[in-house]
Amino acid sequence: MKAESANWVGTIWITVGLLVLWQAAYLIVGDLALRSPLQTVAFAYELLRKPSFAPHLVETGKAFAAALAIATAMGLVIGITLGLSKPAGEVFEPMLVALYSIPKVTLYPILLLMFGLGISAKIAFGALHGFIPVALFTINAVRNVKPIYLKTGRVMRLGRAAMVAKVVFPAAVPEIFTGLRIGFSLTMIGTVLGEMFASQKGLGHLLMNAIGLHNVDLIMAITLMLVVFAAGMSSVLLMIDRRLHRRV
Amino acid sequence: MSEQHDLTAHVGLRGVTKVFRGADGAPSVHALGPIDLDLRRGEFFAVVGPSGCGKSTLLEVLAGLSQVSEGNVLIEGKPVGGDIMDGVGVVFQEDACLPWLTVYDNIAFGLMQTDTSRAEIATRVESALTMTGLSGFAGSYPAQLSGGMRQRVCIARTLVLQPRLILLDEPFGALDQQTRLLMGEELLRLWRATGATIFLITHALDEAAMLADRIGIMSARPGRLLEILETGWSRDRDSRLVETAEFGAVTARLWQVLRGESMKSINRDGARA
Ligand SMILES: Nc1ncnc2c1ncn2[C@@H]1O[C@H](COP(=O)(O)OP(=O)(O)OP(=O)(O)O)[C@@H](O)[C@H]1O
Ligand SMILES: [Mg+2]
Repeated sequence: MKAESANWVGTIWITVGLLVLWQAAYLIVGDLALRSPLQTVAFAYELLRKPSFAPHLVETGKAFAAALAIATAMGLVIGITLGLSKPAGEVFEPMLVALYSIPKVTLYPILLLMFGLGISAKIAFGALHGFIPVALFTINAVRNVKPIYLKTGRVMRLGRAAMVAKVVFPAAVPEIFTGLRIGFSLTMIGTVLGEMFASQKGLGHLLMNAIGLHNVDLIMAITLMLVVFAAGMSSVLLMIDRRLHRRV
Repeated sequence: MSEQHDLTAHVGLRGVTKVFRGADGAPSVHALGPIDLDLRRGEFFAVVGPSGCGKSTLLEVLAGLSQVSEGNVLIEGKPVGGDIMDGVGVVFQEDACLPWLTVYDNIAFGLMQTDTSRAEIATRVESALTMTGLSGFAGSYPAQLSGGMRQRVCIARTLVLQPRLILLDEPFGALDQQTRLLMGEELLRLWRATGATIFLITHALDEAAMLADRIGIMSARPGRLLEILETGWSRDRDSRLVETAEFGAVTARLWQVLRGESMKSINRDGARA
């Protein structure tokens, strides 16, 4: 309990610190390149109330949700399969690691060719970023399940499917969740990046346009929204993550 | 090597040997055997032996969790091989509580895999909770319990399955001496009530002496049976047995045989470390 309240206090201090830095940067750099925190929040609020803005928000939300669902499902299936089968894991895990380390942007033109300029390409690009950490963490989580749990499953005469559902998966959940948390962030990066490079709708697209027009208000407001959403979700996920890891 | 099996026995081991093959050039370990042993139906059999002599290995082979290198094991006349048989319950030496389940769900875990009705499961789990002194902890998670309580959860989880053959690997290892004696009495009561055959591994000589009809004394690794001691206790014994002269004689005999073996095993492991 104590540690948790200390965490909150820490979070608040960091937030305050960042706001102060931001304000200071604004005072130094001036109106040409930055807006103050207050101005940005005010502009973001106005933006959120504009009917023309909603479709972009919805587009990004939809793309992100779909990408996350695909990344999670793919990551789990691949991770559990490769984690359970040693030979398959030895062949495919290095391939996943290699894919993880290359800049996915290099693959985007191919995705665009495959999926066209619509929402599908962004979804694919987001999922491409997100599924690998989920898969890699799941592989390790499944491999690290304590042998005594598997033995327990065997003496309770569990079949293979029941063993996965009732022993392997629950035992691996804390580690899998860590993968999901990282997958969440990367999926979001992937989705927005996809929108920035080639798209006619969505927050990434608006952001790119704003950069082109040097619309500082818009750039800062959208960035703020993305950061607040990402940071908020991240801390919620981190909290759940910590709680899951504490049970053992 | 393989003699005829005695088909009236509950469990029969003939020439059972286990060698762990070393992976990647590591030397292989001859952990166990050869062992010949019959467990009579309904008897309480205890095994004592120096640390690392192969007791847990023997249990895994008996349970069908691990393949023998040589020899064979029959349970109720059927050969054991690589799979747990119907009517066999196992309590492991390590903490085997599933941390994501409550105490209640841990104990019900095995029963949930069978087609036992919910009501019947509840009845059995409740009585197991009472028996193991965990009634107030049904909704707790293993992480909230002491090591001894977790071990009792594992015992309860096996007992609710009402196995005909119960294999226990140092189940009271994490318990204090008093609780250990009381749990021993509970085990005796349960054994009398169910008529199950019990195979109990323990490092506590007094526990073996108090609980068992027969005690197998194992040698240092590779574990072989040096002697099988008949205690001759009546079926309705309890922990007051420890006050008797016969009890002292049995414990003394166990130590007499084991002293040399334990020194062998300590010296060898000490030299290797
Ligand atoms: N999977 C394994 N691979 C290799 N060697 C093993 C394996 N399991 C056990 N051994 C070895 O076999 C021997 C017997 O181990 P076992 O666990 O059966 O001993 P034990 O009598 O139960 O010891 P303790 O009283 O300490 O529990 C030990 O020397 C151990 O190192
Ligand atoms: Mg052991």
